[in-house]
Amino acid sequence: MNKKIKEYVIKINEMHKWFGSFHVLKNINLEVGQGERIVICGPSGSGKSTLIRCINRLEVHQQGHISVNGIELSGDLKNLEAIRSDVGMVFQSFNLFPHLSVLENCTLAPIWVRKMPKRDADELAMEYLERVKIPEQAQKFPGQLSGGQQQRVAIARALCMKPKIMLFDEPTSALDPEMIKEVLDTMIELAETGMTMLVVTHEMGFAKKVADRVIFMDEGEIIEQNTPKLFFTKPSSDRTKLFLSQILNH
Amino acid sequence: MVFNKNNYAPGTHPDLPPPPGTVGVVGWFKNNLFSSLSNSILTLLSLYLLYLLIEGGLSWFVVDAVVDANDKPGCRKIADGACWAVIVKRFDQFIYGFYPLAERWRIDASFCLLFVAAAPLLYPDIKFRKYMLIFSCLYPFIAFILIKGGLFNLLMIETNLFGGAMLTLIIGVTSIACSLPLGILLALGRQSRLKLVKVISVCFIEFMRGVPLITLLFVASTMLNYFLPPGTNFNLLIRVIIMMTFFSAAYIAEVIRGGIQAIPKGQYEAADAIGLTYWQTTRFITLPQALKISIPGIVNTFIGLYKDTTLVVIIGLLDPLGIGRAALADTKWNGLSTETYLFVAVIFFVSCFAMSRYSLWLEKKLSTEHN
Repeated sequence: MNKKIKEYVIKINEMHKWFGSFHVLKNINLEVGQGERIVICGPSGSGKSTLIRCINRLEVHQQGHISVNGIELSGDLKNLEAIRSDVGMVFQSFNLFPHLSVLENCTLAPIWVRKMPKRDADELAMEYLERVKIPEQAQKFPGQLSGGQQQRVAIARALCMKPKIMLFDEPTSALDPEMIKEVLDTMIELAETGMTMLVVTHEMGFAKKVADRVIFMDEGEIIEQNTPKLFFTKPSSDRTKLFLSQILNH
Repeated sequence: MVFNKNNYAPGTHPDLPPPPGTVGVVGWFKNNLFSSLSNSILTLLSLYLLYLLIEGGLSWFVVDAVVDANDKPGCRKIADGACWAVIVKRFDQFIYGFYPLAERWRIDASFCLLFVAAAPLLYPDIKFRKYMLIFSCLYPFIAFILIKGGLFNLLMIETNLFGGAMLTLIIGVTSIACSLPLGILLALGRQSRLKLVKVISVCFIEFMRGVPLITLLFVASTMLNYFLPPGTNFNLLIRVIIMMTFFSAAYIAEVIRGGIQAIPKGQYEAADAIGLTYWQTTRFITLPQALKISIPGIVNTFIGLYKDTTLVVIIGLLDPLGIGRAALADTKWNGLSTETYLFVAVIFFVSCFAMSRYSLWLEKKLSTEHN
């Protein structure tokens, strides 16, 4: 039993969610193994963002079970804080704190959630800023950086909590084409370190390159999941075929 | 077709200086004062008006003004400009009210220490800020003991002797200092998920905003006695300060609520996602941003509050306006309302203008975009 929990870091079981009377997520079953890289795609409004936002309870599910690292997600605040500090998240619109410097953005949570001494937190943050290749911007404010740089700071900020799982909610959708690559490169490097990643994205190149599994969602349901190779070459459902033809042939 | 000599190969065009007359002093005059015929006419007209004003004003204010006389007829005998003698003779009253002459050093000392205490609060980059903040925390007690007395061999001074600019400062500074934290708590309370906290905050804010300040001051001066147990002697000045604080806290709360609501939802999501608790989010994410957005509104409310202190004249406290009216009621100075009210206006303008400039400076300092 214990071994299984260790193997699967996320378990979602018959999960449903409604926004008011709108049924956004329908009977979601998903298990994510340690170190697995999953790309979730689908048309807009299909519930893919909502799904990963349920994993750190930015959205509350109404039915079914989600457990992360063996902890059941519920209204219990202690559990929630434990899960959130182990799950990093990167948003489409970066959501950096504009009144704090890049360095302070990165050290805030280590200092106040992990209770780390300021000097250690600074060191840790510089280490991650170097990994995302912007240590020279540490003293600047987010508003002074380009979109791609901001998103890399957001990745560094999440990594400073040493999370076991990283969630990416359309990390490149708000970026200029020139900047998409620098963010994707950072994510590819992260994938190579063995991080468990759930990525909502339309970047199919990224999916082909690093994903262990691609999940296709439509109208709140998981329609199909497969390895990228089979997903792109032999999609089984018509809905998937239509979606792939629309995003690959423009 | 441009000049041939300016033909550069694509990608090799150097940065050139701007055309002459568009930058520097000449450029400034051209852009701001003489940009078109009508603007040039307006500029000249304004200059002429300014000349008339200054010429006329100067003779009344300075040239024909009298500083040393014992009453109004005495002034008129010397010249027919402004009779500043009324201010000079009653200057002490305008500043200290009826505070005993021998004890006035205590007011001066409190006033000077006020700057020391306020400096670390107003200027975050100041040296030795940590130590100075300790003094800032002690200052209210030090000032209270100094001004009121009754301890350490200091003569006890009754508050009904307080008056003038000193009274305005005491009421204004205390109310401002107390209403900011109270306003923040009310703003947070109004947004709270806890029903009881929310209801209390909403009721308090709506009641205070829905009632004229004068009413509250009357309540403070007369009605409170009916509610309090008989025999309690609850100082009128403290009652006034409490009412002023409550009144402006309600306004501050609404200003800050506006600031809180201007913060994008993503900020809270990011704070949640990195595991901050509600109070950590409030302290590090919500308030710094909300307060920064609200600076103009907060200072606006403070300036309003500061000027509203003149209303205490209605319940018998003599602030500079009250002292001025007392001077005018004196038969010796009867009719010198222009001079008196101008002086009172200057007293208020200095403080309010300082607040306004400080807020501009702070906004600029806190700006984190493109500097």
